[in-house]
Amino acid sequence: MAKPKIATASLAGCFGCHMSLLDIDDRILKLVELVDFDKSPVDDIKKFTGRIAVGLIEGGCCNEENVHNLQYFRENCDVLISLGECAIMGGIPAMRNTIPLKECLDEAYLNGPTVYNPSGNVPGDPELPLILDKVYPCHEVVKMDYHLPGCPPSADLIWQALVALLENKPMELPYEVIKYD
Amino acid sequence: MSDKIKFTIDEVEIEATPGQTIMQAADEAGIYIPRLCAHKDLLPFGSCRVCTVMVNDRPQAACTQPVSPGMNVESETEELRQIRTNLVEMLFVEGNHYCPFCEKSGNCELQALGYRLGMLAPKYPYMFNKHDVDASHPDIYIDHNRCILCARCVRSSKELDGKNVFQFVGRGIHKKVAFNSDTDLAATDVSVTDKAIENCPVGAILKKGVGYAVPIGKRKYDSQPIGSDIEARKAEAK
Repeated sequence: MAKPKIATASLAGCFGCHMSLLDIDDRILKLVELVDFDKSPVDDIKKFTGRIAVGLIEGGCCNEENVHNLQYFRENCDVLISLGECAIMGGIPAMRNTIPLKECLDEAYLNGPTVYNPSGNVPGDPELPLILDKVYPCHEVVKMDYHLPGCPPSADLIWQALVALLENKPMELPYEVIKYD
Repeated sequence: MSDKIKFTIDEVEIEATPGQTIMQAADEAGIYIPRLCAHKDLLPFGSCRVCTVMVNDRPQAACTQPVSPGMNVESETEELRQIRTNLVEMLFVEGNHYCPFCEKSGNCELQALGYRLGMLAPKYPYMFNKHDVDASHPDIYIDHNRCILCARCVRSSKELDGKNVFQFVGRGIHKKVAFNSDTDLAATDVSVTDKAIENCPVGAILKKGVGYAVPIGKRKYDSQPIGSDIEARKAEAK
């Protein structure tokens, strides 16, 4: 029987959650026995090659590319997981949510004390993904099936949750592994 | 002792002193009832409602309801756990609680209640309202993003510090903690040694120059759920 597939994505995140996934140490050998990695920055596969058992999403949605990517994952994954605080609540990028978007862009590209921008333009190339009015938690964009909090979620949390899902067992996560920081 | 009052919490018989609240009696007996606004050194207040218990099938705040003979109190039921979780989740979406970089993280009672109640993510939409930070005082700062309006600072300043530094202004979603000065926190008579600073359950009022003093893994709620100290009394009480 073919191994179930796992896919991962980093949206508006810092790749810390992916680092934490790698932090499962030698259990990663057991993980590759259990699953095949599909679309993921880890192996640089760009398109899904089949139905995905578990999709791990790091980061929230700060631009339209994030939204499309998240929707693409939702269509192709049986179980979709918000991995880490940014996916769950927007995280550090969501600090801009209390400030109007124009003020943020003006500060970044026009008025900031270290800005050098002779053109005086805010980047608006059509090639660039359109930035959203604010950063959205993943579950406010598509349905998410599980949330694994942490900044980053501990390797033990990721491991125990993944193994429980893949072995079709209830997720019994000990107190120590669930942290919001 | 004949003047003791007998009642039950989750079918466990408790002996209490007349005048005690349900929470005080439960604490002595080693039964933890979740709470946020209640504090052992402060008068009962009853604003957060996290300590809601069923008393003879009616919801009551355990921190304000006095004990009476024969009352049947339910606390650890699925329904109450859900109500408490909902309250905590609403507090998480109403403020801007960035646990990853908050200095209080690991020692925060709101966060610890989230852990204890098994909250993985709030089910309500985040509000992302704008709140101010007042860092005018040389030793203290107040970050309204993290305030849960428990009034511990308001009450501590009045009841324990003999001052009147903090008070609420506004109503509903506009309610916030204000200072007893015409300008900012620096212009009040607040001091870094005030109980009002120490008793903040979240990272809203913090001392400057402390930072992330305790490493991850050794903070108050890293390995022990909130309430463990109270539950440890159960063995002694028997």
